[in-house]
Amino acid sequence: MEPVLTVKNLKTSFMTSNGEVQAVRGVSFQVEKGEILGIVGESGSGKSVTSMSILRLLADTAKIVDGEVIFGGNDLTKVTNRKMREIRGEKIAMIFQDPMSSLNPLIPVGEQVAEMIRVHHKELSKDELNEKVFELFGQVRIPEPEKRYKSYPHEFSGGMRQRVMIAMALANRPELLIADEPTTALDVTIQDQILKQLRALQKEYETSIIFITHDLGVVAELCERVIVMYGGLIMEEATIDDIFEHPKHPYTLGLLESIPAIDQEKANRLSPIPGSPPDMTKPPIGCPFAPRCPYARQICASECPEYVNINDTHRSMCWLLDPDAPADNNPFYSL
Amino acid sequence: MSEYNMLEVNNLTKHYKVGAGKQVVHAVDNVSFCLEKGRTLGLVGESGCGKSSCARTIIRIYEPTSGQIILGEQDITTLSQKQLKPIRKKMQMIFQDPYASLNARMTVRDIIAEPLLAHKVVRTKEEANDYVYPMLERVGLTKEHANRYAHEFSGGQRQRVGIARALVLQPDLVICDEPISALDVSIQAQVINLLKDYQEEQGLSYLFIAHDLSMVRYVSDDVGVMYLGNLVEMCESNEIYKNPLHPYTKGLLGGIPIPNPKLARQKITSSIEGDLPSPINPPSGCRFHTRCPYAKSICSEAAPDMKILESGHSVACHLYE
Repeated sequence: MEPVLTVKNLKTSFMTSNGEVQAVRGVSFQVEKGEILGIVGESGSGKSVTSMSILRLLADTAKIVDGEVIFGGNDLTKVTNRKMREIRGEKIAMIFQDPMSSLNPLIPVGEQVAEMIRVHHKELSKDELNEKVFELFGQVRIPEPEKRYKSYPHEFSGGMRQRVMIAMALANRPELLIADEPTTALDVTIQDQILKQLRALQKEYETSIIFITHDLGVVAELCERVIVMYGGLIMEEATIDDIFEHPKHPYTLGLLESIPAIDQEKANRLSPIPGSPPDMTKPPIGCPFAPRCPYARQICASECPEYVNINDTHRSMCWLLDPDAPADNNPFYSL
Repeated sequence: MSEYNMLEVNNLTKHYKVGAGKQVVHAVDNVSFCLEKGRTLGLVGESGCGKSSCARTIIRIYEPTSGQIILGEQDITTLSQKQLKPIRKKMQMIFQDPYASLNARMTVRDIIAEPLLAHKVVRTKEEANDYVYPMLERVGLTKEHANRYAHEFSGGQRQRVGIARALVLQPDLVICDEPISALDVSIQAQVINLLKDYQEEQGLSYLFIAHDLSMVRYVSDDVGVMYLGNLVEMCESNEIYKNPLHPYTKGLLGGIPIPNPKLARQKITSSIEGDLPSPINPPSGCRFHTRCPYAKSICSEAAPDMKILESGHSVACHLYE
């Protein structure tokens, strides 16, 4: 079956006074129909810039330098702004991290959701629109939809605002939903409620979801497939079970080891990843993770490895997996 | 009072007046606990439950409405700011946001030297260097970092500077208010290991506030769970995960995403429905009754008292009376 979205060799850079920041440096992946794909990474790994590039919502200083984003037979990096506006919110919708700054504080929430439907369906009457909004509010479990229609964002709690965002994103039954850390700002209890709802709505609508997060727990609960990003590149891509049970990249392994298990023995120290993420104005020549990698060899610092396919759904970018890599000593271990 | 208690808090209450003084936010209500020397007490709860207000009242950034705060053997509840100054040397704080809590116009050296100069541990900046450099190395930075400004550092490094500033006076008690929430996963573990190692060396006590329950369990010896200004459950930290008693604690634990896909699929526990009620008009009786799946009629009528059960496990819930 045709994938819903195909990203090929996407490269996005920011032009800053300190030079070109290469935020995304050649990312390729596909999203299948009805699947939930997780993108995991630390701040600065390029996960949000990837999603913003797909929807062309980048700041003026940013530029898609290379690559293709194929959606519905079109390359989204090339279509006109007008066509892009038709796609945004209708075919591809997005939920952002901070629901307060993504809602207009001066307009009642119901009207904001109604507007989302109206711009794509001008034929609907006001009553029909309202009816749809009430129905959506019911689906995302906002109590008393008629009353809440007229409320302003500041009258809502964080969880309720995020429900409004979800209602808005699902208003036109998009084929693809991009959720960029939608629960990061919320408490665990509210996060749990929102995740359950996303899962239920995804089943009902058969929407594909790209779920961006730094929380491996959330990924384990929600996603079917995961992409692990670091330094603007995909380090590893696999099914959810493979990522957690057979991680092949030292970065994935490091991430998994730095979170305490709920039954972690207190005498066992956590094993953090030493050092900090790379400066993307001067991206490393070799593997971006090499300076922090306990297994790094000489070659890791000088050359970026190719992807190695472990199985049909699992690939990883690491010299350790390459049988032809020179097996010399380990210059970074002392770090 | 036990001689081993570093901190004792009795019936601490903090109310804020809002809306021209007509309304009262019940941020902290009747919270009591003890923190022993060399141990870590974790405080957890949703945002708005009063955990940060509690911390800031203990360290007297906010004035307590009522109750008692005893540090070591001294009651510090009503001391004047002037009397408090020598006390503050023993009691330091690490803040959540390493971007907002460091002065952007000061070098790292000046930031760490400031508490030393303020408390007259040293007289000149030159003398301060004898403390600043070893402290920088202790938190995993180097001498070369001393002349730089906060914006030149990553989030994790900034938090190390904040920790160095708190530890340089060799305090007996450090209040850590969500010290890792703003950091990336791979960096969080670095900071936690640093705090734990330092505690082993120096035997200081931590009051550790966070909303990440798995991290709190790992860091703390004891855990207190707060809900809407009340302490609802308190016990040894392993016990709270093995045997949570309060329905709120159970819900809170049920909401944690499990970083293991197989277990996550089997998960049957469910989290709590609904939102946190307003602390301006907190619900009558047990404040959790509006969201509690086990609520009985008494729960909306009378507030439950904190009961110590046999295991050294305290809980405030009518189900256990």
